[in-house]
Amino acid sequence: MTVYPLPNPPRPRPLPREPQMTKAAAKSPAARQPFPFSAIVGQADMKSAMILTAIDPGIGGVLVFGDRGTGKSTAVRALAALLPPIEAVEGCPINAPSRDLCPPWAQGVTDRIVTKPTPVVDLPLGVTEDRVVGALDIERALTRGEKAFEPGLLARANRGYLYIDEVNLLEDHIVDLLLDVAQSGENVVEREGLSIRHPARFVLVGSGNPEEGELRPQLLDRFGLSVEVTSPRDIETRVEVIRRRDAYENQYDRFMKVWRVADTDLRNRILAARAVLPKLKTPGVVLHDCAALCLALGSDGLRGELTLLRAARALAAFEGDASVQRRHLRQVAPMALSHRLRRDPLDEAGSGARVARILAEVLP
Amino acid sequence: MLPVSFTALAEGAAVSSASGPNWNRVQLALLALAVDPAGLGGLWLRARVGPVREAVIAALAAVPLPTRRLHPGLGDEALFGGLDLTSTLAEGRQVRTEGVLARPALLLLTMAERCPAGLAARLAQALDSPRHTLVALDEGAEPEEALPSALADRLALFLTLDDIALADAPPLTMDEGLIDAARARLGRVRLPIRATTVLTGVAASLGIDSLRAPLLALRLARVLAALRGHAGVRGEDLSTAAELVFAHRATRWPEASDPPQPPAPEPDQPAESDAESDNETRPDPGDIPEELILEAVRAALPQTLLDRLAAARAARQSAGATGAGEARAGHRHGRPLAARPGRPSAGLRLDLIATLRAAAPWQRLRRETALAERLVHIRPADLRIKRYQDSTERVVIFAVDASGSAALARLAEAKGAVELLLARAYAKRDHVALIAFRGAGADLMLPPTRSLVQTKRRLAGLPGGGGTPLAAALELALATALRARAKGLTPVLALLTDGRANVALDGTPGRARAESEAETAARAWARAGFQAVVIDTSARPQPGLQVLSARLGATYLPLPRAGAERLSSALAVALDSSAKAG
Repeated sequence: MTVYPLPNPPRPRPLPREPQMTKAAAKSPAARQPFPFSAIVGQADMKSAMILTAIDPGIGGVLVFGDRGTGKSTAVRALAALLPPIEAVEGCPINAPSRDLCPPWAQGVTDRIVTKPTPVVDLPLGVTEDRVVGALDIERALTRGEKAFEPGLLARANRGYLYIDEVNLLEDHIVDLLLDVAQSGENVVEREGLSIRHPARFVLVGSGNPEEGELRPQLLDRFGLSVEVTSPRDIETRVEVIRRRDAYENQYDRFMKVWRVADTDLRNRILAARAVLPKLKTPGVVLHDCAALCLALGSDGLRGELTLLRAARALAAFEGDASVQRRHLRQVAPMALSHRLRRDPLDEAGSGARVARILAEVLP
Repeated sequence: MLPVSFTALAEGAAVSSASGPNWNRVQLALLALAVDPAGLGGLWLRARVGPVREAVIAALAAVPLPTRRLHPGLGDEALFGGLDLTSTLAEGRQVRTEGVLARPALLLLTMAERCPAGLAARLAQALDSPRHTLVALDEGAEPEEALPSALADRLALFLTLDDIALADAPPLTMDEGLIDAARARLGRVRLPIRATTVLTGVAASLGIDSLRAPLLALRLARVLAALRGHAGVRGEDLSTAAELVFAHRATRWPEASDPPQPPAPEPDQPAESDAESDNETRPDPGDIPEELILEAVRAALPQTLLDRLAAARAARQSAGATGAGEARAGHRHGRPLAARPGRPSAGLRLDLIATLRAAAPWQRLRRETALAERLVHIRPADLRIKRYQDSTERVVIFAVDASGSAALARLAEAKGAVELLLARAYAKRDHVALIAFRGAGADLMLPPTRSLVQTKRRLAGLPGGGGTPLAAALELALATALRARAKGLTPVLALLTDGRANVALDGTPGRARAESEAETAARAWARAGFQAVVIDTSARPQPGLQVLSARLGATYLPLPRAGAERLSSALAVALDSSAKAG
């Protein structure tokens, strides 16, 4: 391939002016907080699915399918900014919480514990296998003759979020890698004479547009929850979206001041829910309901039941209830189950409608 | 031609006022981009190479960012930076190259219509944090060639130069003083409360779903107000902004019979905009009727262009970003497998990186024992060969006879068979395309896609009746197949008909001519070397169809009175065997 970048063409002016940024851009974008999670208008399903995975990462990720410009990526980035920072060993490539959990191959690790924001790692399309799982550190090998491991994106995403935009366009061999790691929570690298394994537990968040291609059923099943988003249809909601976004861009400080309060409230609720989650009671009747619902829907495997229960528990904790109720199940069932049904390619109504119908029959 | 253009150039300034509204729009868009390059995201410039396009690109020099050229084949190293292997080896220490995206830049993407989905996604990510501005030079000739929608959605401005002759294009004047002054004013431009409502309403009534469009239009309206020296955004700023941002995104025109948008009631202001309403409502909020803005948008684009764009959008949606995502996964490159040791020779390519990786750990040892002084010691055992898994991806082109002679019941069976095959194709990850022929011609009902959602929708609406324009169907199938092959797919034709061609290519009835044309088209298909299967759905096997089948080089399957189930399994077997034969 041609070596880029090309040298700049000669400028017509002798001195290129520094761009004088507008007031909006005066604050460098890097220093800005992402758009606040609470300020996202509507999209209740998407927001609650994300909150549930924040309360219990064990639910296993969210898949967001929908149109362009509906705030999918905004929501993911906003959620990460909302979450409390994690404590990790300084310089540890897998964000280990204590020194003895750091992998032996890690370089530049100190003994200090630092707080850092919850990692959100983007998995770009067309990413190479090397960058995902990690590979021989060719730089160190070339310069120092050492055989060292250069961790990949899966290491960086440990204890955080792995975000894949346009997940349905991802190449198959990368999907295979992800399936394996998302299942086991461990990344195993056996290549080029390296033999390394490290924990890779992350919440998988995927987004995409179903019009551009289907997702393989195996990958679909790895996502705990799935939601569909559409552009808001009524003018009032749309105007409100534009107004808030415009305020965020042009009156950043004032806007953030207003919404930081709401975000802090939400964060405290998530933390409180995490704390009560282990003590939450699950009545036997709810377990029975779970099984009955999944049987009636004919979803494959037990993953559906487990996710359904976990999501319902997280919802109960979030709402401050002492035990899981049938209404919690009812609320999370569409997002936990609709993508797990056996595909009927000729079903016109879509699986969401099927879940709603069975739900009304089984859990009246 | 030449003298004319010279005259035009010479008289440039004087002609300026006489130049068409299109050229004025170009001028204004470029000025706006120069004022706020990062905020507007960029410009989608649809034009053939030529002096007019060159003039526009030259005017981009006024944008206060360094220019970086990108091309669709750009890799990650070039975008994000990577190891500079040559310098690293030469200097014995780590040297990294700087990626194109490392500093704010004017990114000039050439041949943007060929931009693959992966690159588009990465550029889109880069555009999401407003530092860069992207100018996408789209030379798309075919309607379905267009900028990937991930990028098109993020670029505020769209210009087409195809309708502008050089004679109508006086030199662009990019007045630096004006641009600087506008940039200084931009932060202070006031926004009337109603502006947001109006722009959102217009976008909605044009059928624009993405909410990025009204946001970008709002931003552009501010810039235009600053350029024109207005203290606040005025009606004319809004309508120009709507022209430049909305016109090419429109998916429908509001029907004339539609009741006009009810005057948006002043909504309850949320807390954060209450304060701004106190001091920012003043600039004439009343005189921005939505209808006027809609009219401006309508005038901005000729209907032909609108149709072309709609076609491109449809193709994009069905094929997935100009099919680029599929082509990447296609068999031209194949799925890369781990490199293996071996000697490079004909057909086997050296994997340089893998070779260096293999050699790297041994460098220190080899250096100590080596007889000669070398920077890198590579032994034959280190050599690695590139390998690809050569799996062909197939596109099954269904050409379904929907004419009156294929009786209604047969058509229903054919539809059922196609649906069952689709379900199977889906499992095998084949692509499918659907051509229906009836009456005067053939229609590509479904461009090659994997999306079941789309397919079901199109198939449900397949009408029946009319003559049998077999030749037109075959020609369209061939065109579709050639395009699919260009994207790295292997096309296979499944022709479902009862074979009585009776409509000629020009749409006139007449059996003799129709049949001879169909045979010519069939020979063209065979010459291209593609596989085909012909399903004879008539009550008794047609000798004419057997002849046609032979011309096509196809497998001939007479299936009278076959149900959808049998039809589909027979077809599946025939397709698989013909694919193996090929």
